[in-house]
Order: sequence, then C-alpha cells, then structure tokens
Amino acid sequence: MASPEKQQFIADSIQYWNPGKTQAWQDMQVDLVIDRRQGYFLFDMDGRRLIDAHLNGGTYNIGHRHPELIEVIERAMTRFDMGNHHFPSLGRTALAKELARICGGDMHYTIYGSGGGEAIDIAIKTARHAKQKRKIVSVMRAYHGHTGLAVCAGAERFSTLFLSDRPDEFPQVPFNDLDRMEDALKGRDCAGVIMETIPATYGFPMPVPGYLNEVKRLCERYDALYIADEVQTGLMRTGTMWGYQRYGVQPDILVTGKGICGGMYPIACVVVREPYAGWLKQDGFGHMSTMGGAEIGCLVAMKTLEILERPTMVAHVNYVSETMRNGLGRIMDLYDDFFVGIRQCGVVMGLEFDYPEGAKPVMKHLYEHGVWAIFSTNDPRVLQFKPGVLMSAALCEELLERVERAIGLARAECLGGARGRLKSAA
Amino acid sequence: MTAIVAELLAGAKRPIGRADQMLDVAEWAAAAYARFDHRAVDAIVCAAAEAGHAKAAALAEAAVKETGFGVVAHKTLKNQMTSRGLYEHYRGQDFCSKRVRAADKVVELPRPAGVVFALTPSTNPVCTVYFKVLLALMTRNAIVVSPHPLAKECSAEAARTMAEAAERAGAPAGVVQVIDEPNLALVEHVMASPRVQVILATGGAPMVRAAYGSGNPAIGVGPGNAPVLVDATADADAAARRIVESKSFDNSVLCTNESVVIAEEAVSDKLAAAMARYGAVMVKDDEVAPLRQALFGAGTFAVDLLGRSAATIAQRAGVRVPASAKVLLAPIDRVGLDEPLSREKLCPVLGFIRVPHARAGISMARALVRMAGAGHSAAIHSRSSETVMAFASALRSLRIVVNAPCSQGAAGYGTHLAPSFTIGTGFFGRSSVGENIGPEHLINWTRIAYPDDASEPMGDFAGLEPWTSLGPLAGGREAPMSLGVLQEGAPPRAPKTAHAAPRAAAIDEMAVLREEIRRLVQDELRRALRS
Ligand SMILES: Cc1ncc(COP(=O)(O)O)c(C=O)c1O
Repeated sequence: MASPEKQQFIADSIQYWNPGKTQAWQDMQVDLVIDRRQGYFLFDMDGRRLIDAHLNGGTYNIGHRHPELIEVIERAMTRFDMGNHHFPSLGRTALAKELARICGGDMHYTIYGSGGGEAIDIAIKTARHAKQKRKIVSVMRAYHGHTGLAVCAGAERFSTLFLSDRPDEFPQVPFNDLDRMEDALKGRDCAGVIMETIPATYGFPMPVPGYLNEVKRLCERYDALYIADEVQTGLMRTGTMWGYQRYGVQPDILVTGKGICGGMYPIACVVVREPYAGWLKQDGFGHMSTMGGAEIGCLVAMKTLEILERPTMVAHVNYVSETMRNGLGRIMDLYDDFFVGIRQCGVVMGLEFDYPEGAKPVMKHLYEHGVWAIFSTNDPRVLQFKPGVLMSAALCEELLERVERAIGLARAECLGGARGRLKSAA
Repeated sequence: MTAIVAELLAGAKRPIGRADQMLDVAEWAAAAYARFDHRAVDAIVCAAAEAGHAKAAALAEAAVKETGFGVVAHKTLKNQMTSRGLYEHYRGQDFCSKRVRAADKVVELPRPAGVVFALTPSTNPVCTVYFKVLLALMTRNAIVVSPHPLAKECSAEAARTMAEAAERAGAPAGVVQVIDEPNLALVEHVMASPRVQVILATGGAPMVRAAYGSGNPAIGVGPGNAPVLVDATADADAAARRIVESKSFDNSVLCTNESVVIAEEAVSDKLAAAMARYGAVMVKDDEVAPLRQALFGAGTFAVDLLGRSAATIAQRAGVRVPASAKVLLAPIDRVGLDEPLSREKLCPVLGFIRVPHARAGISMARALVRMAGAGHSAAIHSRSSETVMAFASALRSLRIVVNAPCSQGAAGYGTHLAPSFTIGTGFFGRSSVGENIGPEHLINWTRIAYPDDASEPMGDFAGLEPWTSLGPLAGGREAPMSLGVLQEGAPPRAPKTAHAAPRAAAIDEMAVLREEIRRLVQDELRRALRS
C-alpha cells in the first residue's frame, strides 16, 4: 500500500501532469514513482528497491548515474555548456571522429539530435535528400519515436491521434517477411527502409537468420538506403557495439540514442555513409537543433563509448547474457505451460508467455518482487527483459531468483488456482 | 581529439572504473571456474605453464632490459622453474575434487577464494607472475595481477601469455587479468575492493602493510635478511661454493639470499680462501667505507644498484675488482643498526664477520634477524645437529636451510620445502602464513560433518559430484542468440522433451541445437523467398 505522500503525489500527477498515463499504470497495479537511482537499482519514493531490467530501453545500459559519467559532466561544466550549434565545436567534432572510427568504413559524418526521435527524423531526411525520393518503408509495430517523421514510421495509434499519419509516404510491412518487403521496394520509389535491428516495442522478435542481410540486398537492388535504428540494440547490448554487426549487415545510416547519453545528458546521433551525406555540403544549415549535440552531451557520449570499448566488455556482456539464458531456461522448465519462449540476442531479450497479455501479470508480480521490467506495448504476450551490460554475477543471481518467484505467481494467477480464476472472471 | 577534450575525459575515476570492470569480469570468471573438474583444470594449468615456459628466455631478457636487475640466464631458469617446473611439482595433486574421510565421517569440498589480487615485484617480475597465476589456476581462482611499475611491461606480457593459453585450453574468459598501468591510488582501491577475496602481496614493506590494512584477507611477506653461519664442523669448500652460487644467483634479487656470512674463527680463513676460488672478492679494509657509502650513503639501500653485477657495484664504489668477480665480500666487525652493511642487500654484496665460536655466531645471527628479516630465512653450514638445532631455535626465522644455497633452498629449490616465490614470514614477520605459499593457501574447505555417534550413519557420497545441481554455467565466450516460439518466422514448437533437454545440457549440445534451428529457419526462409 502506497504511503499517503505517494498517493497524494500520484493524484497530483493525474491532476497536473498526465492523467491518462498515470492512471494506466495504476490500473496495471504498478504504482511506481522513481526517486533515487544507483547502479542497476531504482528506489521508489516509498524507499522500495527495484532491480532495473527495463533500463528505459537501454538508456541506463551501463547503470544509473555511472560515476565516470558524473565525473565527466562535472569536469565538462567547468568549461563548457551546451554550446552554440551554429559553429564547429570541440566536443561535437571529437565525438563525430570517434563515431567514424568506431563505425568504420565510409560511415563518416555524424549529425546530432537532442533525442532519438529527432535523430530518426534526421536519418529519414538524409535518405530522402540522398535519393530524392519520399517513401520510407518501415516495419509494422516497430517504434522509432514520436517526432514528425518518426511517428509516421510507427504504429498508427500515435500518428492518427494527432492527424499526422502519411500512409502514402510510409508504407509498412510485416517483420521477417521478405516477400512483402520486396513488394514495397520493387517500384523503386522508396528512399529507404528503416529497421530496428530487433524491434523493441514489438517484444524483440528476432530477425530470422538472413532476414536483415536480405533486406539490405533488396535495398541495394531497388535503390533505397538501409537505416539501422540502433537506439535499443546498439552499445554492446547484443555482444557487439552495434546490433547490425551481430547480423553481418552494413547500414547506410545508423541512429543511436538512449544509451549513448548514459541517461545523464540528452544526445542522439546519426552516422551517415559518406556518399549519402550530400546535404551537409549542399546546405549545412539544412537541419538545425539548438540542443542537438549539446557539447556536454558529446563528452558524456565519448565517455560512454570509452567504457563500452574497454577490453573486459565483451566477456562481461557474454557472461550476463549466458547467465540469463541458462537461468531463464531453468525457470522455463518449471513453468513450461506458461513461460514458453526466450527471444534473445545478448542482453536484448523478450520473454514469451503463452497467455493473452501474459506479460502484464508477470510485470506486476515482478514489480511486487522488486524487479522492474516492462511489457511490450505492441505484443503484450511478451515481456521486454533488458539486463544491463555491466551487471555483476551476484546481481544476476538475485535477479533470476526474483524472476522465478514472480513468474510462478503470474502463472498461478493466469492458469491455475482459484484465486487466479476468480480474478480474471471479475 | 583536442587536448582540451582529452583532458576533460581523463578524470581520476577512469583508472578506477577500468579496474572495477576487470574485477567484475574476474568475479564472473571465478564463479564459472569454481565449478570446473580436476581434469579440465589440469589441462588449463598445463597449457598456461607450457606457454609460460616457451617464453621463459624471451621474458627473462625483457625483464632485465626493462628493470636492469639480475642476470638473463638465471631469470630464464627461474621462469622455467615457475612454469613447467611448478606444474610438474604439483601435477597429480588435486585441489578441485571432494575428499571423503570416512573414518572421521567428514566430507570436504574445496572452495576457491574467488578473486585473487596479486602484487608482483620488480626484482623477480616474470617468475612471480607465473608462480601466482599458476597457483590461482590450480585452485580454480580468478586472478588480477598488479605488477610493480618498474616491471609492468614484462609482467603484463607474462600474465597475458598465460591468460591466453588458459583461455584457449577452456578457462573462462577473464580468469587471468593484469593491470597495465598500475599506480598507488589504483592499487589501494583494488586492495580494498569487496570483490577481492584475498591479496597475495609480494613487494616492499609499505605495500605489504597496505595490503594488510586494506580490510581484505591478505597473504603478505616481509623482507628478508638471511644470516649464514659456517661453523668449524662444516665442509668449508662446499659451504663456500654454495654461498657464492646462492649470492650470485640472479645478482641476489631473491629475498632468500644470504646477507652476512658469520664464520667461526677456526674455518674463516679456509672459507674466505675457498670463496675467493669460486669468484668472491674480499674487499680491502679501506674499501669497505666507500662500498658502504655507495650502497647505503643515502640512508636507504641504493635502488639503482639493486640486482646489479658485482663489477658494476665495485666500480660505483671506486673499488678495483676483476670483471669476473661474482660476489663482493665486505669484512665487517659488527651487525646491527650501526653497520648498514648488515642490512638486507638485494645485490651480490655479502657482509663477512668472524666469531670465536658457534655460540657467538648464533647470537650474532639472532641479532641480525632481530634488526630485520624476522620470520624469513637463515642458512647454516654445519655437520653438528646440536648446532643446527640451537641455531634454528634461537633465530626468529621460519626457514633454516642446512648445507645448501639459501636463495634457492629456502624457496624450495634443492630442498623439500614447497617451491615458492612468495615466502610466508608468519607471525614473526607480521604475516598470516609462515610457510612457502602454495596452492593450498588459496582455498578453503566446506566440511560436511556427521555426528561421532555410531548410531547415526554417514551418507554415501560415492559418485556424487558437488556442482552438478547448480545447472549450466556461463563461460563468457559468446552472447547467445535464440528465436522465441511465438514470433513470426519461429520454428514450429518442438515437443516438450526436446525443448527441455538443451537448456540443462552441456554447452556443445546447445550449439548443435542452435545450428539445427539455424538450418531449419534458413530452409524455411529459402522456401519463403522462392514463393
Ligand atoms: C528503437 C527506438 N527508436 C527511437 C526511439 C525514440 O527515441 P526518443 O524517445 O529519445 O525520441 C525509441 C524510444 O523508445 C526507440 O525505442
């Protein structure tokens, strides 16, 4: 039961901030109000500790308030602020050079946004300029953000709400379906295809082997660019710096957000292959954003990349993801009529529950057992399960213990036990 | 990147952050490695030892080049002894399996410490790294090595050589790691980390004291200062040969080397003459002062003469000796604080003092150890068991080497002491262990104990393996990839038994299954593409 202070706070949030969103969580019996954060822990305003296995989509990939990020912000603030976006700046060029080195090949220019959605818009604009075509193909039930162009590449629910849908310019095809992808592209009238390497909000369905490579080949065949939305799959979460590397695909445009800012200072980046960055030369003022590429954010991003490139990192992610795989496999054996599948690429994971909206009760019981992980809006049978890349052995063990208990209770609620049946009947 | 940006990114937390990431991975590796069986561990230790052995000479040369200490040939030998030699010494000993003591109704399970943090010195850099790494690997521990900054390159190379070989032989990723850029603040941070289970500290006294002060369990060693008594019953010629051999070995950088020869009057001339034949040069009375000045003029031992040859030291002191001189003998008339030449000298300079009889020699040796080197080593050349017993019981030393070179003998070479490059100096020497450190010091045992009452029988543990109930473990090698069963494009749901099996099964079975899924899906994909 929430404290009177928290109840009052939630009431205020409904009154002043966002009634719909606040109420939705209360309806799902998740009355979370996050106060303090530390490492992979969240502390509710009532003081309850939760292990963060949502990480806000990988924003807190290396943990909350990483001490090295705090330090770099403090140091940067002794000299810099956001900067003036009209001019070359020490931080922006340095980060761009780093990204060019890390991405390799002719992934050459970096363009900055203040958030993922803006970066997606930049990527789409860049593809349109390069190909002088309007259409952008995206995947049904994918999620790329809610800015003007990004929202059109996502679920209708959000574009029609604001009368912003443009179905003619944004054809959508099912994931893992190459025929439909080819149908969309073969008119040669598309500027690009935008792909989350593994679609997060859709519950991380995994690309079947060869799918992404084939999409890239279709792009080449039909004169379209391949835009990789690596907002949730980049930054070592799949065991390599970018998720596309795991699948052997070379994108023409890369978008990174969330985790690149370490959750500390907003920034998002678009990295573009040299041949497709023509607008930067034709009219460098073409895209402007006062807060895009804020200079302190650039330093935070460089530090984040430095941490992720350290020699221990690959083994670390492998340990975390193998341990999750093994531990969740054992839990699946216990409850195999309910917990039926694990979608996994490194620490990018979707847990499948063979029950309509089964991930919601799991989420609720996890919350009651001190773990925060979120269901997938676009496939609520699937729980998005996103452990951090720097988790310790002891924390993984604790997480698995809590998950085992919560899944057991969720299963009882959904499938067995009088209590569960009464509840769903009510 | 510009200097300004580089500077802003270079905060004090960077090295600490890097080290913490190493410790995290070490912890993961330790958890995985703790469940390996003896056969797998033996293969890993053997591979690491062989890799170290193959580089023994190259790294000996690298160490001398980097530090300026010692002799390449002797360092090569030490590197061989601490790699293949150490493996062979402990081969067949099992620090991994359960032990059933039926008579006592006790079952013992070996429990590795976890993460070992090893400080290694500049004087014996490569061999100490080899030694500690193999000890850790034998006992299923992970180890993080922090080399002395003066020897960081050869030490890091030594650690990496063994790490790579161990991982190739199947050890978990990150089981052996090394700090490339050690510094005091960093070492203090790691020593105090809750992720470190035991510190193996070899180095200067301040470092060892800091290890004990860290709050973590530590095995540290104190400095040596070994007296060597030669009494009238000794074979003077053999004693002379052994002392010169010991004192000149690697220019005396082993902490077990002799510091002062205490010769009973009756044999002293014969001993001195024999030592001269074996390459020791007795400096003249008026050359002692400049020698003292060269070695201790600054108040403490001149570090730039550490591990240098006798000729180099003589030259620095302005003393003329033949280039072939192996050891300098400095006649002194007392031991104690008022004679710096009676302190520990990690270089081929030996004090030489005469005493009227063995009893006086014993008290002089006792005085020497009282000043410095308590708990460490001493040597005696004698055929009298009574004198040996009197010597051993009088001195606050924990190793008394008889009729043998002390450098090697106290470290377990040519004696039946444990071969070791970490010499426990025990309570006398402010340490937790008084023996030569070996693998047994890096494990504890969980003991399952039944009542001594005969009416309560002991369980049957035959064929039971300790770790099988814990499920599969991670090796840090590959981030897994798998499709679920509810998504589009997923393979048809397998029958229950088939999908239950791989999760509990061994890693290679997982790989087979993965391959199968890959193939199935690819077939399906190909079909889909054609339609
Ligand atoms: C895959 C993906 N792309 C883009 C975005 C949009 O990022 P932002 O919320 O920073 O605008 C998100 C956010 O959830 C995302 O998950």
